Amino acid sequence: MPLFDSLYNFARWLTRDPEEADDLVQETYRKALRGFGSFEIGTNFRAWMYRILRNTFLTSRTGLRSGMTISLDSEEGAESMAPATTETPESLFFERANRLMVQEAIEELPVIFREVVLLCEVEEMSYQEIAETISVPIGTVMSRLARARHALRVALAKKMQGA
Amino acid sequence: MSSDVWHSKIEAYADGELSASETRAMAEHLRDCPSCTLDMLGRVQLKRAVKTAGIRYTPSLALRQRVDQNLHAKDKLGRVRNWMPKLAVAAAAAVLVFALLRGWSSYQQQQTFAELADLHVATLASSTPVDVISTDRHTVKPWFEGKIPFSFNLPELSGSPYTLLGGRLSYLGQAPGAQLIFQVGKHRISVFIFQDRLGRLLPPGDTISRRLTFNVETFTDDGLRYFVIGDASADDIRQLAEMLKSAARS
Repeated sequence: MPLFDSLYNFARWLTRDPEEADDLVQETYRKALRGFGSFEIGTNFRAWMYRILRNTFLTSRTGLRSGMTISLDSEEGAESMAPATTETPESLFFERANRLMVQEAIEELPVIFREVVLLCEVEEMSYQEIAETISVPIGTVMSRLARARHALRVALAKKMQGA
Repeated sequence: MSSDVWHSKIEAYADGELSASETRAMAEHLRDCPSCTLDMLGRVQLKRAVKTAGIRYTPSLALRQRVDQNLHAKDKLGRVRNWMPKLAVAAAAAVLVFALLRGWSSYQQQQTFAELADLHVATLASSTPVDVISTDRHTVKPWFEGKIPFSFNLPELSGSPYTLLGGRLSYLGQAPGAQLIFQVGKHRISVFIFQDRLGRLLPPGDTISRRLTFNVETFTDDGLRYFVIGDASADDIRQLAEMLKSAARS
């Protein structure tokens, strides 16, 4: 089945619950099959599948609870412009950070940031694909990615200091 | 280009989103700028760390099977749906073929009756309508022995309005058969008896029809096909046919 493993992985990251992820994946394939007629040949199939999964998640109880809104700052945050360097070189953080720490940091991200960072790093989607998947402009994708990464750096720095 | 501008582009560079010329320029810049290089290193490491940590969950075999079954169930349904128009075409074709066969069969039947009517008329018009002239069925029947590849019984006519005038050889569809001439009142009736090779062209049961003002009755018995044809009334034709049937079964 196309994209089955990666869709499941993404579903687990979104729902953070095995049963809900199972239901989400099943529902995604069911909807994809039913709505295959609406898929335009030549457009991005992967983005289409992820969009179905994401939209299904958003309308689920967990999705609605997750609060897929961003309220604190504008979408075009300043972090993307700022250098990533801090007093301690990040390279040192990441050398010392173990996999579990990074996973915890990703889990702690708001869903709105978690999804873009996973689509970009794990699924290796381009900005354009991410924009299609989550139905936002590319600028918003870049902004969210920058903020998500900034949040990860901060979280990892804290974990390293506390470790 | 200022340091800020380079930094603003470094994230897109790490994500492979810069144009080819911008990518080349950034690569050159990184060789000379320790600050940007350190920034870049941190970003690449974060990307790697997230990718490694992000590939975390594997679907269970049970889920895979459930989804797979659902897909196949829908797929089968889809195939059925896809087949529906083809089935409809096939059904329409079958109906058409059936109708054509029926039509062809009806046409063949009419042709057979027409041919028999011709034979009947030709016989009556002939100067020698019968080859064996006898009113005695015990004379007429043995005359056919050795001439046709089957035998038949003739009814007892005494007490009936029918008279046997005689018989002759006849051919239908390149097969030999017997033609018997009966008289009822002023009407002459031909009775044709052939082996039932025409069965596939004619209805299996008894049939009486009217063809060119001739009444025709046909029936099968014990592998033989009988035709009773003449300008006598339908009742006379039918009654003679019944008598022939009774004789055949006796």
